[in-house]
Amino acid sequence: MVEQKEDSLAKYWTRYDSKERWIRYVIYFLTVFAVVWAVKDIDIFWPWVWDAPNQMQNLAVRMWPPELGAWSAIGAALLETVHIATLSTMLTVFVALPVSYIAAQNTTPNRATLWLGRTILVSSRSVNTIIWALLFVAIFGPGVLAGILAVMFRSIGFIGKLMGEAIEEIDRKPVEAMEATGATRMQVVFYAIVPQVMPAFFAIVILRWDINIRESTVLGLVGAGGIGVLLQGAIDTFAWQTVATILIGIVFLVLVGETVTSVLRKKVL
Amino acid sequence: MLEISNLVKRYGKDDAVLKGLNLSVTGSEVVSIVGASGAGKSTMLRCINRLVEPTSGSITLNGLELTQLRGAALRKARRKIGMVFQGFNLIDRLSVMENVLAGRLGYVSLFQAVSRRYPQEDIERAFYLMDRVGIAHYANKRADELSGGERQRVGVVRALMQNPEILLADEPTASLDPKTSEQIMVLLQGLASEMSLPVLINIHNVAQAKAYTDRIVGLRHGQMIFDGGPSDFNSDALDAIYGGIENPDDDGQDISVSGGVA
Repeated sequence: MVEQKEDSLAKYWTRYDSKERWIRYVIYFLTVFAVVWAVKDIDIFWPWVWDAPNQMQNLAVRMWPPELGAWSAIGAALLETVHIATLSTMLTVFVALPVSYIAAQNTTPNRATLWLGRTILVSSRSVNTIIWALLFVAIFGPGVLAGILAVMFRSIGFIGKLMGEAIEEIDRKPVEAMEATGATRMQVVFYAIVPQVMPAFFAIVILRWDINIRESTVLGLVGAGGIGVLLQGAIDTFAWQTVATILIGIVFLVLVGETVTSVLRKKVL
Repeated sequence: MLEISNLVKRYGKDDAVLKGLNLSVTGSEVVSIVGASGAGKSTMLRCINRLVEPTSGSITLNGLELTQLRGAALRKARRKIGMVFQGFNLIDRLSVMENVLAGRLGYVSLFQAVSRRYPQEDIERAFYLMDRVGIAHYANKRADELSGGERQRVGVVRALMQNPEILLADEPTASLDPKTSEQIMVLLQGLASEMSLPVLINIHNVAQAKAYTDRIVGLRHGQMIFDGGPSDFNSDALDAIYGGIENPDDDGQDISVSGGVA
């Protein structure tokens, strides 16, 4: 009897009970609803969509062969793009580290500084690099300086937030030991906290430099320097063969950036 | 000379952890403090160098009242109190020498500390002490490459680098194997007499307390219930300190049993 009962129990098994099943159906429905609603609302002009394959082929023909005559100008612009990324990443470090110190719960002096630090991080992160660039082009005029500041202002939030988290995760024991020796606050920071966050620091800065190279390639579209200036000019003058060369150059630059950062990361960690 | 009188420590609104503790340590005595977990041993030690803020009471070290100190005065007082930790509390990614020199932080400027330009006599003293405890050949090794016993030696040397007037050791052997922990106890005992330094050691191991220290203090529920020499520490005292832990309401009986107070 008992054996049989166990047997029949074992045969009936469902992954979800009926309440869970209903919740899942509702989620499926909501997802489909959101997609349908969005597609209906954004008002796509369908003839252009159906024409896209033709246009693509047409553009490819106009781009071929890539115009290699302008390679020296493109190379210089690519280098400028790297310089924007490097300079802005370095400048960011000087601002982001103090901000991360006051934005980390275990090191911030008081509630007001914690709030200030977090506000700086959130405002930096919630504004896209291109929007920062538009602002700085309006203030400083077009050029590399606006680009550097734009990338920097976006990076402060990124590096500051990740470093703040690294500071919050440190082991408290060395801090206690350094306090017990009669060290000052700053000495405790440099002996007990800095060594512990060093690996995270290098990993984060290298990652952000890699991201900044990619961000710097589009800055030129709003006049903030780098390879994007040439790209914008070539598109505006319908010089599609030059556009092709620039795109190849950007892909090449990003690949080199990825290679360099992965080598550096292996060296650091 | 360390003088603790009527020390009370209460965390928040909870029952006090230390309930009016009195203790005085003179000369180069090695005092072990025994007691079950939660008896207040660690809190007492940390009140002395103010890693924990005492609620009330007085602690004086060679005449200096420690409980009211603030800022620079507190840091200056802490320089004279060396501390050894259960978890060693080393800076893992720094070298042994850097960890040892960290004991001098209270004496050097921020620039000297960050650029590692410590005075020559500090470096000489570091080598002398590391040699004394047998770790001089590790000076340039990273602290996390060492074994537990070696790491605790670094911790001891770091505390001694402060040129302390008293050494506090919070369960210095609890993370070590029995043989290594005996070595550390021998070392603490030897260093105390060499430098005529009073040492307070929180310890769980009663056998080691009896073997390596001059005086044993027993705490229970934040009160001192035994104070005497190792020879006075009999099974009654042991029972008073550790006995019936699962029934914490029999305090009255415990105190009467500890008749061996010196």
